[in-house]
Amino acid sequence: MHTTSPTTPSAREVAPKRTFRWRVVDIVVAAVIAVATGLLFLFWNNIGYAWFVAADAVTPGLGGIAVGIWLIGGVLGGLIIRKPGAALFVELVAAIVSALIGNQWGIETIYSGLAQGIGAELVFALFLYRRFGLTQAILAGAAAGAAAWTLELFVSGNLQKSAEFLALYFGTVVVSGAVLAGLVGWLLVRALAATGALSRFAAGQDVTQRV
Amino acid sequence: MSAETYSVPQAAARLRFIDRVNPVSRLAAAMLLTTPLLLTVDWVSAATALVIQLVLFALAGVTLPTLLRRAWPILIAAPVAGVSMLLYGQPSGEEYWTFWLARITDGSIELAVAVTVRVLAIGLPAVLLFMHVDPTELADGLAQVWHLPSRFVLGALAGARLVGLFIEDWQAMSLSRRARGIGDHGTVRRFATMAFALLVLAIRRGSKLATAMEARGFGSEVPRTWARESRVGWPDLVLVVLAVTIAAVSIASAVWAGTFHAVWS
Amino acid sequence: MSRSSAPAPAAIEARGWGWRHASRLRPAVEKLDLRIHPGERVLLLGPSGAGKSTLLHALAGVHGGDDEGEEYGELMVDGVAPSAARGRAGLVLQDPDSQVILARVGDDVAFGCENLGVPRDEIWPRVRRALADVGLELPLEHPSSALSGGQKQRLALAGAIAMRPGLLLLDEPTANLDPDGVREVRDAVGRVLERTRATLVVVEHRVDVWVDLVERVVVLGRDGRLIADGTPGVVLVEQRRELLDAGVWVPGVPLPGAVAFDVTGQATAATESGSAGRSAIEHALTARGLAIGRRANAVVQRGLELDVAAGASTVITGPNGVGKSTLALTAGGLLRPLEGRVEASAALASGLKREPIAWRSRELLTRIGTVFQEPEHQFVASTVEGELAVGLRALRLDDVAIAARVHELLERLRLDHLARANPFTLSGGEKRRLSVAAVLATRPSVLILDEPTFGQDRSTWIELTALLRELVDDGLALVSVTHDAAFIARLGDERIVLAASTAREFA
Repeated sequence: MHTTSPTTPSAREVAPKRTFRWRVVDIVVAAVIAVATGLLFLFWNNIGYAWFVAADAVTPGLGGIAVGIWLIGGVLGGLIIRKPGAALFVELVAAIVSALIGNQWGIETIYSGLAQGIGAELVFALFLYRRFGLTQAILAGAAAGAAAWTLELFVSGNLQKSAEFLALYFGTVVVSGAVLAGLVGWLLVRALAATGALSRFAAGQDVTQRV
Repeated sequence: MSAETYSVPQAAARLRFIDRVNPVSRLAAAMLLTTPLLLTVDWVSAATALVIQLVLFALAGVTLPTLLRRAWPILIAAPVAGVSMLLYGQPSGEEYWTFWLARITDGSIELAVAVTVRVLAIGLPAVLLFMHVDPTELADGLAQVWHLPSRFVLGALAGARLVGLFIEDWQAMSLSRRARGIGDHGTVRRFATMAFALLVLAIRRGSKLATAMEARGFGSEVPRTWARESRVGWPDLVLVVLAVTIAAVSIASAVWAGTFHAVWS
Repeated sequence: MSRSSAPAPAAIEARGWGWRHASRLRPAVEKLDLRIHPGERVLLLGPSGAGKSTLLHALAGVHGGDDEGEEYGELMVDGVAPSAARGRAGLVLQDPDSQVILARVGDDVAFGCENLGVPRDEIWPRVRRALADVGLELPLEHPSSALSGGQKQRLALAGAIAMRPGLLLLDEPTANLDPDGVREVRDAVGRVLERTRATLVVVEHRVDVWVDLVERVVVLGRDGRLIADGTPGVVLVEQRRELLDAGVWVPGVPLPGAVAFDVTGQATAATESGSAGRSAIEHALTARGLAIGRRANAVVQRGLELDVAAGASTVITGPNGVGKSTLALTAGGLLRPLEGRVEASAALASGLKREPIAWRSRELLTRIGTVFQEPEHQFVASTVEGELAVGLRALRLDDVAIAARVHELLERLRLDHLARANPFTLSGGEKRRLSVAAVLATRPSVLILDEPTFGQDRSTWIELTALLRELVDDGLALVSVTHDAAFIARLGDERIVLAASTAREFA
């Protein structure tokens, strides 16, 4: 009974004409994505993230390799909700929720949520909120990484670190953002669409069709 | 191990004064207090702010056990940030140790101390000020006092409230993985199947919740009323003034001591 | 009785109305002509996928805008489009957890009034009145997350009626509730209608819950067209065959196997005795002095005794929150006993330690299978066949053997046409069948089920109970947590009734 519609890749990536006004379901699901991804990070920390913290401190910027996965919320938000501000909203809500739950970075969490969200948001805006394909996902992930790096220059005092460290850290964060947030986020949205969970969203209507 | 440790506002000892301040004012105070501290990387400003904060929080009723229970992640994060700065901070002065890109020097030691204290000074106020924040009251304040768009504030609040259900989902899924015969190996893979299922369930629940909210007239053009008023008063003002004062005193003391070190310099 | 505050009941009119979801090719509802007079109480029936929920959502004005689907014809509440008449209709949905909006009971009920712009002074009297109407007299600050399913549904009902709607729309409001919850909600709806005289449209598979409250039954067909409309007495008789085929629980129709019962009450016929003639009972699982709980510091029961016989079906019953599921998970080797121990028979353990909790995940597969209440909690694969093969692969069977077993299960549980479908896209009945089949795949000697018939339609119910009876007669040790009186009548060879903090055992 299930068939995948024979849409061409280009048709899949281009959103049909839609209003930019947020529906209630856009807002609530964006918030839910923020909360769920935030929770997943907490669970992940539980499973065995401690080693990364140590690696982050001791290696010269190589800790950035795993940073990307933390940026996935904004990419998911942008790809699923497809409204202006979606990437930013998801990252910001996630940051506020984790600040409320009490994490180590205090108010910085909210600033980094803002910065990462803006990074990803800029990419979707650049494509006028019309295209939501793999390219946009990867660019959004990379941009979120770059934004996080930039903010840390000031907020974490990273400007006081050596140029070699900063260059290495920039490279790893951006690549990590592109792959772990961008590529993984895009694959995740496709898999989510296949479950029918996104049937109220354009992202879900494009990929799969039930006859 | 258990996810309950994350289930948010635990009943904790009441705090004097702070509990009477509107959550949005606490948010404002945390921002006003810590943002100026981000401008400098020096130990004097950070230590000054930290000492004043500890005294004030103690007066408000934060005990040492409370502090440790709530703030342990910061107590770990601070030295970690310090170690990174110790190894990779701008080298200057005498060099003590070097390995590939890592160089421990007089300058990096000073920076490491500064960054360690700074993480504490910036992290503590947010954790302690937000300790008893009820998300409902925060949302009321954001929408009524700060006049952020109520559709977004309330939508986010309602979505965030589902977190308790997600934790239950997660626990059931953990048990089911053992029942399905895939509980022995492959932690990462198992985590991935659970993470994916959690997202599916979360989005489904979110969609249903949105329908329930719309059915109650949410999101229409009618101007909304508020059943409970979110108020601000003199305690709010006092807290905000205190926050600004602490920031000013800390920065001034660093300038006076000659340790002020702008983050961009 | 402040009747003056009750709004006028609403009228509904559909003229050639239809709706197609953007993700579907065919409309969910098509060419519907329907008139419902103010104050009428209508039960809406039909097979799953007939568009009943779609119609209800449209009447509440929440079926989404142009980007979610395509609308044909006209649908009007009191002569205007439903989306322009927000607040005229109050909607209660199926899932209790997904419609609690705010953290406090009072706030949650006030939410709709706030959205309609009701002045603050007027909101709180409305909230108290609505809570009283649904019989939920709790402090306004009471946390809404601490409510039972039935209470959550009554909270949702209170939130709807606080808006003073002229039309009450109920979308399977009792499908996810235990019998007590069903009664609570139905009685609350009865009281509310008595007072407000609002128009009612209710969708529900379990007809006998609502049949005394409604005066008209409307049946939609599989293609979303109206196929019958009349009084319950007429429609339920004339359309009996179609309704039974659609999985509707038509009152008074005996289940195959001749166990008569009424859903809200007790089983009225004697059980078929599946336990006769088992003189030499071997207990697959036994437990003594058992204390259970999800965490070490949260004991829900202690001093429990449990004997699970092979070739017999044991049901665990009792009110909400007494730890039935926790007991099932503990017996299944998934949760660690907090005191005492669960022991497998030597035959079941077959060489392993006697306590199931000490077994490895893979070793459980052929010994004890557990089916979770929420099928989605146990899905791990992206296709139905993949799902069935998960346990078999963990056992490292060869591909030929796996394919054969998967094929056999697909046919046995009528899932073969869905082999490549994503498990999350299945209907409720299909998900239930898949979750049971996936656990049966590895042929466990003990099978543990948590609320297997919850919210299931009649067809799935009949199929499932027949399958389970057959497996038990072949020697399976079955343990089910259930509230379902008909299920107990059919499969309650042994019964364990859990009461708050003490346990009694019945043979």
